[in-house]
Amino acid sequence: MKRVYTGLRGRLVIAFTVIAVTASALVAGIGYELVKNRVIERAEEVAVADVRETLQGTRVPIGALWPGDGPPTDLEISALQMSLRAQSRAVVVLYEDYLYPDGDFGLADVPADLRARAAGRMVTKRQEMRGGMWLVIGTPVWRVEPIHIAQPTGMSVFVFVPLVQEEQLLGGMRRPLATAGAIMLAIALAVALFSAQRVLLPVRRLGSAARALGAGHLDTRLPVRGQDELAELTATFNDTAAALERSVSELRALEAMSRRFVADVSHELRTPLTAMTAVTDMLSEEAERLPREPATAVRLVLREIERLRTLVEQLIEASRFDSGTAVLNLETVSVADAVHDCLEIRGWSEQVEVEVPAGLAFSVDPPRFDVILANLVGNALRHGEPPVVVTARTTAHGLEVKVRDHGGGIPPTDLPHVFNRFYKAGRRGDGSGLGLSIARSNAQLHGGTISVRPQRPGTLFTVWLPSAQTSARTSAQAPA
Amino acid sequence: MGCWKNNDRVAGILLVEDDPSVRTGLELALARQGHSVTSYATGEEALDHIRSRRPEIAVLDVMLPGIDGVEVCRRIRRMDQLPVILLTARGDDLDVVVGLEAGADDYVVKPVEPRVLDARIRAVLRRAESVSSDRVTFGDLVIDKGALKVSLAGHEIHLTPTELRLLLELVRHPGQVLNRRYLLRAVWDHTHAADSRLVDACVQRIRAKIEPVPAEPVFIHTVRGFGYRFSPP
Repeated sequence: MKRVYTGLRGRLVIAFTVIAVTASALVAGIGYELVKNRVIERAEEVAVADVRETLQGTRVPIGALWPGDGPPTDLEISALQMSLRAQSRAVVVLYEDYLYPDGDFGLADVPADLRARAAGRMVTKRQEMRGGMWLVIGTPVWRVEPIHIAQPTGMSVFVFVPLVQEEQLLGGMRRPLATAGAIMLAIALAVALFSAQRVLLPVRRLGSAARALGAGHLDTRLPVRGQDELAELTATFNDTAAALERSVSELRALEAMSRRFVADVSHELRTPLTAMTAVTDMLSEEAERLPREPATAVRLVLREIERLRTLVEQLIEASRFDSGTAVLNLETVSVADAVHDCLEIRGWSEQVEVEVPAGLAFSVDPPRFDVILANLVGNALRHGEPPVVVTARTTAHGLEVKVRDHGGGIPPTDLPHVFNRFYKAGRRGDGSGLGLSIARSNAQLHGGTISVRPQRPGTLFTVWLPSAQTSARTSAQAPA
Repeated sequence: MGCWKNNDRVAGILLVEDDPSVRTGLELALARQGHSVTSYATGEEALDHIRSRRPEIAVLDVMLPGIDGVEVCRRIRRMDQLPVILLTARGDDLDVVVGLEAGADDYVVKPVEPRVLDARIRAVLRRAESVSSDRVTFGDLVIDKGALKVSLAGHEIHLTPTELRLLLELVRHPGQVLNRRYLLRAVWDHTHAADSRLVDACVQRIRAKIEPVPAEPVFIHTVRGFGYRFSPP
């Protein structure tokens, strides 16, 4: 679950940031490019205008010589170079076969294509060299004077204009732009996290509410805020929870009603059973004196009264477990004594082998322990074959009592269901079908378990009860 | 079973039960065991006749129209030490606890087998018989086993036969822890894991009568999870 949350948040943040960064990068980049072009164009225009103006004003006798002209001296050429070399520009002059380099700028620095194009007209090119951006202006020099007709002179001038200032200007712009970008990024991240939180908080709230609902807190509801899709979802959740609560409480009410009905019926049955039970002894004694057929009838009635009694008792006991009113009264008893008492009172002592250490004492609820034993042993005697063996020993955490018979065993398909109520495994119907279920409820009330395992031959029931220290329950009797 | 045959005592029983069939059934069964039974349908009727009839034991149904069995038991206790056995319809915990606190000596859960009820009745009655003629003194507490009388600082204390029997049983083993199972056997004649609350309730009642401060007992001490010990100060 958690991974989905972080995933969703991550995706939201990433998407938000990508959009924000792209947008700001585009805006800043386009702006930067526009400014850059404008600045450099302007520098170019200035330089080109400057060069053109300077060249137009030149009086150096070059090209076809006119009357009165001498060929230009190196000095004159240098002067021309000087006049063009304003503002740390470098000027390379090429006149016929003569090259006038400037410092370490030579013809090698002039790009070949520029040089070719510069033969006919003034051209410019931006060039990266010597660790900076340079504007190279190449132009043929025309002579206007003295006849006022422009004539080519065979001289080319290459002016290297450094764009250091412009670069500095742009560099100065880049830093604030980068800073603005970083701020933009931070803002985008913050906004993304915040909105992710706003979206995910209700989602998370819904998630924990759904978990609470699943854990049985059916009254879980969420406040509905706003009108967006999440609010709609929350409202749907609330409606679902309400519907669930309604139907569950209806079911519970029905179940409680039917349980109460069973309990009430059982209690009501007790009164007529009491009246009948009161006269059973008398009837069974009288039956001895009756003729065979009525005697059989009387004995049948007596036997069925006994069965009905057991059934009603067990129904009442089962409904006590259902309603949670069964309480545990722990007391330390001798296990051997408890086992012997249980067998003796029911007249089973002769039929059961007991292997319990004499000194074994354990904390149990004596009547409940008796019920567990009586059910298991009674079952073994009724449905199994002798020998029926009861053994007990203490384990690291509690008491283990085993009841083993050597009969045909319980069919494997029935084995998982033997503790279910009224599951009689297709046997003779002389048990109530509640005995094992009650035995298990009693063991569970102790915090223990009963398990069943097939043996060859027979069946083994194992009761495990935790010791008083292990079990969290405390003794409820023993007034101070 | 059949242990009562050695002690074939016939008792005058006061039976209070509202259901006519149950009443008739129990009357028949108890009369067959040799007891003489007087039965009433309500507690009020029974209380009206209790003085004239002088029964030896009362068997009371808990659920009665009008005043219930527990209340009848409480009112009997106010008058004398007549042994009382409650006949509870539910055997539910509250019923039993309230009944025992009201001073009942024992209880049986419906539907009860007549022989079980008979055995309980005889066990309760046996307690009223004297054990020996000894007289023991523990500080202010004097127990006359012959006259079945207990006095504290010279004042006679009225204990029911069950209470007296339990006290005597504890006194017989001074300083020794007696578990509830032993006491149930010795005092109530219960032969198997029965309700140990019988013992607890009875101890509470004895403490209320003989202990100077019942909440801080000096005679009968509780040994948690095991039972009780009589060790006089």
